[in-house]
Amino acid sequence: MRDVKVSLVGFGVVGHGVVDVLSRKKKLLRDMGLNLKLVSVTDHTGTVLAEDGVDAEKILGERTLANVATSGMKGKEAISAIDSDLMIEVTPTNIVHGQPGLGHMEAALSGGKHVVTSNKGPLVVSYGKLKKLAEDNGVMLKFEATVGGTMPLISLVERTLVGNTINGIRGIFNGTCNYILTRMAEEGIPYTHALSEAQDLGIAEADPSYDVEGVDTAGKVVILANSLFGMDVKYSDVDVTGITGVTPEALALAKKRGYAIKLIGDVPALTVRPTLVPLDSPIAVSGTLNSAAIYTDLSGTITVTGLGAGSIETASAILTDIISIYRTKLIDAIF
Amino acid sequence: MRLSMDLELQDIPGQLLLALQPLKENKANIISVVHHRDHKTPRGMIPVRFVVEMDQSKIEQVKTKLRESGILVVRAGEDRFIEAVSVVLVGHVLDSDLGDTVSRIDSTGFAEVMDLALTMPGVNEPSSAYLKIRATGKNEIQKALTILREVGREKKLLVIEPIEAEAV
Repeated sequence: MRDVKVSLVGFGVVGHGVVDVLSRKKKLLRDMGLNLKLVSVTDHTGTVLAEDGVDAEKILGERTLANVATSGMKGKEAISAIDSDLMIEVTPTNIVHGQPGLGHMEAALSGGKHVVTSNKGPLVVSYGKLKKLAEDNGVMLKFEATVGGTMPLISLVERTLVGNTINGIRGIFNGTCNYILTRMAEEGIPYTHALSEAQDLGIAEADPSYDVEGVDTAGKVVILANSLFGMDVKYSDVDVTGITGVTPEALALAKKRGYAIKLIGDVPALTVRPTLVPLDSPIAVSGTLNSAAIYTDLSGTITVTGLGAGSIETASAILTDIISIYRTKLIDAIF
Repeated sequence: MRLSMDLELQDIPGQLLLALQPLKENKANIISVVHHRDHKTPRGMIPVRFVVEMDQSKIEQVKTKLRESGILVVRAGEDRFIEAVSVVLVGHVLDSDLGDTVSRIDSTGFAEVMDLALTMPGVNEPSSAYLKIRATGKNEIQKALTILREVGREKKLLVIEPIEAEAV
C-alpha cells in the first residue's frame, strides 16, 4: 500500500468536487494500492488540517472554510508548512498574472510536492518555468483538467498516441460558447437571449466575457501549444475572436449549406475564432460538450468529445492525473 | 493544363470511341468522362463531358477533328475553378459595399464569388451573408480567404471561415 498525503488548495466549485470524489473513490484507490489521505484543505479563509484525513461530510456542506477552519494558514504559508506529497491547486484562474495559483504551484514544486491542477492561469503565464521547477525537484506537474475538462486530451496525446507526430489539434474547448451557439442555431434566438438563458442555468458567469470573448479558449490553446507542441507562446500570441458577433441569421445561412458555426481553437495555428464546421463532422458536438480533433501522421485523425466543465467532471480529470503519477513507474517507464 | 469539354454525340454505336480518338492522338490524359445515355438533348443527341489534362495549344486541332467526325462541340476550354469554399460574413455587409467585397475576390482573376445569400433582420442590425467562392486551386482558395480577411478587418465584418479538413 502506497500512502500519499494530499493537500488541496482552493475550495470553490472544483474544490468541493475534489473532496467529494476523493472520498467516494477511497475504496477503489485502496484496492489499487493507493492510500490517498487528504491531510489539508485550504481556501482564502483558512485551512482545515487533519492528519488522518479530512472528514468530507463535515466540510462539503460549507461554502467556504470560514466556519470549520482549524488553522488560519493560507496560501503559500500553508503549502510550505503542511507536510504533504502532492498538492491539488484549484483556486480561481487568472490568465494575466496567474496568481494566486502561480505562487502556490511554485511553492509546492520547490518543496518537492507533485502538483495536479485544473487552474489554467499559472500554466498560461509560466508553463516553461513551472515545468523546469518540477523537473529540477524531481516531481510532476499534471494538468489534464485545464483543457477540455474530463475529455481526455493531454494524456491521450502524451501516452496513447506516443510515437505519432501530432500535426495539429482543433476543437471546441469552451462549453459555455458551445451552449450559446447551439441554442442560437436550434431556436433562431439572438445572442443576448441565449446568453441570459445560459446565465440562468449556471452555464455562463454573470460576467461572461472570459468565455464569450474567447479568452478561456485561447488560454487552453496556449497550454496545448506549450505542453504538446513544444512551443513557447503566450496568451498575446493567440489571434482571438469571440462569439459575440455571431448572429442567428449567420447560423441559419450556414446550416442551410450543411455547416454549424463553432468557436474553434487551433494549435499550432494559435487562433480562436468562430468557424464553419460541417454538420456531419465528429467535432460538431452540441450543447455544453467539448470536442477535439487530433491530426496525427500515423493514426490519421482521432476525435474525442466529452464534458468540458462541472465540479465532479473536473475532479475526475484531477483524480486520473493523481493516479497516473503513482502508476507511472509501473506502466510507462522504459527500463 | 486542365480542360473540360462538353460534346454531343449521335445516338449510334461507336460515337464515344470516335470522340476519344483525337484526344488520344493529341496525348490528352483523361481525368473523367460523364456520359448519360438516358439524358438526351431535345435534338436526340447524347451529352458527354470530358475533363482532360492536355497541352492547351492542341485544343483547336482536337475541336476540328471532332467536328470532322460529326461530333458537336458545345464548349471546350480551360476548367479553371476546381476548388470551392464557403464563408459566412456578419456585420454591415451591405452598407459596407457588398459589391466591392465581391469584386475584390472577382478581380483577382483566380477566384470568384459563385453563390451569395444575404439575410437582413433589421435596418440597424448586422446582416449576415453566405458566400461560396471558387478558385483555380487550393493555394488560390487560401489567397482569396486572405483577401476576405483583410476586407473583413477593413469593413469591421466578422469573417467565419470553414475549418480545414486536414492540418497542414
